[in-house]
Amino acid sequence: MAAATEVALTESHVGKKKKKNAVKRYWETTEENETEEKNEQNRTQPNKEERKRKTETQGMKGGQKKKKTLKGKKTLSGNSDPFPGPAPIPKENIQKFERGDATKLSSETRGKLKHTLLHSESASDLAKTQAARFDLLLPEDAGFLEADEDEETCTIAQEDIAEAVDITSATKYFNLSLTQFGPYRLDYTRNGRHLLLGGRRGHVSCFDWQSKQLMCEINVMETVNDVRWLHTETMFAVAQKKWLYIYDSSGIELHCIRRFNDVLRMQFLPYHFLLATASSTGFLQYLDVSVGKEVAATCTKAGRLDVMAQNPYNAIIHLGHPTGTVTMWSPNQREPLVKMLCHRGGVRSLAVDKTGTYMVTSGLDRRLKVFDIRAFRPLQSYGLPAGASCLSLSQRGLLSASTGDTVQVYKDVWGTPVKKPYMAHRVHGSVWGVQFCPFEDVLGIGHSEGFTSMIVPGAGEPNFDGLDANPYRTVKQRQEWEVKALLEKIQPELICLEPAKLGEVDRASWEQRHREKVERLGFDPLAKEKFTPRQKKKGRSSTGNIQKRKKQVAHEDQRELMTKTVEERLIKEKEMSQKKKTTQGQGSALDRFNK
Amino acid sequence: MKVKVLCRNPDDYVRETTKDVQRVPRNYDPSLHPFEVPREYTRALNATKLERVFAKPFVASLDGHRDGVNCMAKHPSSLSTLLSGSCDGEVKVWNLPTRKCVRTLQAHEGFVRGMCVRFCGASFFTVGDDRTIKQWKMDTPGYGEEEELLNTILGKTVLTGIDHHQKESLFATCGQQVDIWDEQRSSPIRTFTWGVDSFSCVRFNPVETELLASCASDRSIVLYDMREANPLKKVIMSLRSNTLCWNPMEAYYFTCSNEDYNLYTFDMRRLDTPVTVHKDHVSAVLDLDYSPTGREFVSASFDKTIRIFPKNMGHSREVYHTKRMQHVICVRWSLDSRYIMAGSDEMNIRLWKANASEKLGVLTPREKAAQNYSQKLKSKFQHHPQIRRIAHHRHLPKGVYLQKKELQVMTAARRRKERNVKKHSKPGSIPTVAEKEKNIVAVVK
Repeated sequence: MAAATEVALTESHVGKKKKKNAVKRYWETTEENETEEKNEQNRTQPNKEERKRKTETQGMKGGQKKKKTLKGKKTLSGNSDPFPGPAPIPKENIQKFERGDATKLSSETRGKLKHTLLHSESASDLAKTQAARFDLLLPEDAGFLEADEDEETCTIAQEDIAEAVDITSATKYFNLSLTQFGPYRLDYTRNGRHLLLGGRRGHVSCFDWQSKQLMCEINVMETVNDVRWLHTETMFAVAQKKWLYIYDSSGIELHCIRRFNDVLRMQFLPYHFLLATASSTGFLQYLDVSVGKEVAATCTKAGRLDVMAQNPYNAIIHLGHPTGTVTMWSPNQREPLVKMLCHRGGVRSLAVDKTGTYMVTSGLDRRLKVFDIRAFRPLQSYGLPAGASCLSLSQRGLLSASTGDTVQVYKDVWGTPVKKPYMAHRVHGSVWGVQFCPFEDVLGIGHSEGFTSMIVPGAGEPNFDGLDANPYRTVKQRQEWEVKALLEKIQPELICLEPAKLGEVDRASWEQRHREKVERLGFDPLAKEKFTPRQKKKGRSSTGNIQKRKKQVAHEDQRELMTKTVEERLIKEKEMSQKKKTTQGQGSALDRFNK
Repeated sequence: MKVKVLCRNPDDYVRETTKDVQRVPRNYDPSLHPFEVPREYTRALNATKLERVFAKPFVASLDGHRDGVNCMAKHPSSLSTLLSGSCDGEVKVWNLPTRKCVRTLQAHEGFVRGMCVRFCGASFFTVGDDRTIKQWKMDTPGYGEEEELLNTILGKTVLTGIDHHQKESLFATCGQQVDIWDEQRSSPIRTFTWGVDSFSCVRFNPVETELLASCASDRSIVLYDMREANPLKKVIMSLRSNTLCWNPMEAYYFTCSNEDYNLYTFDMRRLDTPVTVHKDHVSAVLDLDYSPTGREFVSASFDKTIRIFPKNMGHSREVYHTKRMQHVICVRWSLDSRYIMAGSDEMNIRLWKANASEKLGVLTPREKAAQNYSQKLKSKFQHHPQIRRIAHHRHLPKGVYLQKKELQVMTAARRRKERNVKKHSKPGSIPTVAEKEKNIVAVVK
């Protein structure tokens, strides 16, 4: 950006000088001309453009003043604008808004189609630059943590950070000592405002964690396997010992869903309004929370399912298995879309980043692996002394991994191999659940002794979109948003590995589509009908006659086939003979040995 | 140690007073907005469904005529005025916003065959079965005053149609021949004939104002130039054309409504092949009119429906019908391009919206923006099968539906036969004729 402005600066500077030269006193002009002439003599090949400019300036001596005012380059004060034109946009910023490659026009594209394509291309270009320009105005910057020369960032304690930052941020580091009903699992809402805690021994509470305002606190008097917010902070789902329950934010039981039993893990797909559950009986079930219907129930045939993650990019559910495989599921298929062998031992935890490019897994073999799940390719493999039990990825790509009672945060695990954690923190009990809070530099840790909120600078996305997830929204705004979101609920049939596929042209060939159609219908609608002789009257439809007619038709068919093959053979022979002729003419003496 | 933690000041994100508008900070980063395409698709699907939900095209019915409505004319400058002539010789002037008849004249004995308004809008002409051309004042006579005729011309033969020149005080009538009249004279200044026949419709070209076209009952369409003594050329089709209409934006193009259930758009420079054949009606097409934008036209048919065709599409985008609407004889597209007027056999004039789901009245800027957005979405996803199915579905009266099915069977049979004849005859002996050209018999110059 700086370079661009510099260029602009020098240019305007040069222009200014030129103008000064152009307006000359009569005694000066002669000298100037002389020097110019000298210069020209010295130069062997004068630049054409410069010459042009010179002639122009000479020709316009009279109308110079007029032109200046017309061009409007000068401001009222008389100075020229040092930053002319719109602000330059860095290329990377535009790159961010790229959606697929530009359409390539073939030389045959003409007329209306060409016009339409060019028009849409220019429109998308404009949209890109405008969005990128808007990026310059975003108010917040991401957080960061930099150590002094003699220390490491991972050695910096939370207390020190809390001391160094402002009061509001310091309150984001806190401990809740809940020793009775732990260990705790947790979930933040999509706008990062509310926190839901579920203790293994039945304690469920939800609160606004920034103002520390309690919304409800109940004990369900049963084992709690997992807790999950639904689309807003008014409802949440709790997977209890036997059934799946849904409570509202004041702790009133709304539903007990008996079709969903023994649920161990849950994931909520916010744009589809689906609650995906994985049970100890090996079932993966989807509940449409907007209409309360079970969308799909798949038996994974893989035993107890206690490792689950969703891909936020395409709403595919990832399941980790004790065999070391990771399977990916959509509600539309009974079989897994993808089955990957990731670890030697069982898979302990999974996390997928928000762009849907990377998957991080940890296994019983005490390894932490990073996969590219677009190419299905391992990128990195790290060994951890005790393995990681819980994984979570933040919006800006930080990875938190918990081993026993410590939580380590890594930065950029898929780029260059990481040697040391970015941050580390030790809690009092063994860690049961970790999650980064969206739009905040906070990592929530649920453990056997309660809950710890840890400050991780640079974890959260600094600028939220008010129409998507707004932490500061009012009740009215939330209600409005809920209606809009329900109206554009994506149907579960549209879940697939590549969600942008829907907007592309289906280039399947006619044969392929026909084959699919035959498969779908169970018969070929275009197949040639079997000949059935027409019923004729007056004894002409005797068995013999019918047989005769059938034979006639069969004979005709055969003849057609024969003529076709004969024709083909003739053409082939002709080609061969021609080939022979050409080769005979130029053949060398050694050709006779070829066989 | 240098540290910065995200810390937002709520004052930047929350409105100051309750009188303010809520603040909505935006971030257009695509990674914050996943499922772009599926969400847009869902929106497009909803928009398409809503369009069908709100498709209530019928606006009003104007009743008052005591016989079938035979012809209509638009006022060139007043959107609220419509003129109609009926089969009992009565002419009515309507005020469309109030949906009331403001004036009734007994113009002719027998049918009012044609009418047109002078380009200035001050007077209008009617022709009737009583062989007269009458010029009337557009203004209503004052209280107690009598209806006054500006001019009456007695023609020699029956007159069936009339159209006025766009700029000059000339008009054309058709009957047994096409006559050009000066408003000041009582005899035609020019007469065109080409063979013995009768004409059903004559129309001036609105752009190239010296050009005329007429439909003759010998199945031909004849083109004239007023500056020449003889007609320019004619195209003979397999069945008779009832009316024609010039495209008001593209001077070369005109469309004719034919007895063979189709409409044909011609380029007047190349009459041997129609540019487009518009098929969908299941009975003779009686009248058509272009929208002032020149992009669409509306056609009225004997099958009791009116259809709207895009000018370059073979099939209609819209069909309007009601249980009570009988054979539609005349149809006009209003000059603000938002309404369609259809006069039918059962003495009523019906007012329809040209865009069935359009919201009438003033739109707020936000409504307009939402409408534009959904329009764009609909066009973006229009080829997706589910959206296409919803957008294209139209309910048809049972008779029309069955007739359509029957026509499909008939055309398929015809095509099959053609194919078989070709298959069993000497190769090359039966030429291939394009579907477009099948109904063109000859072009004569």
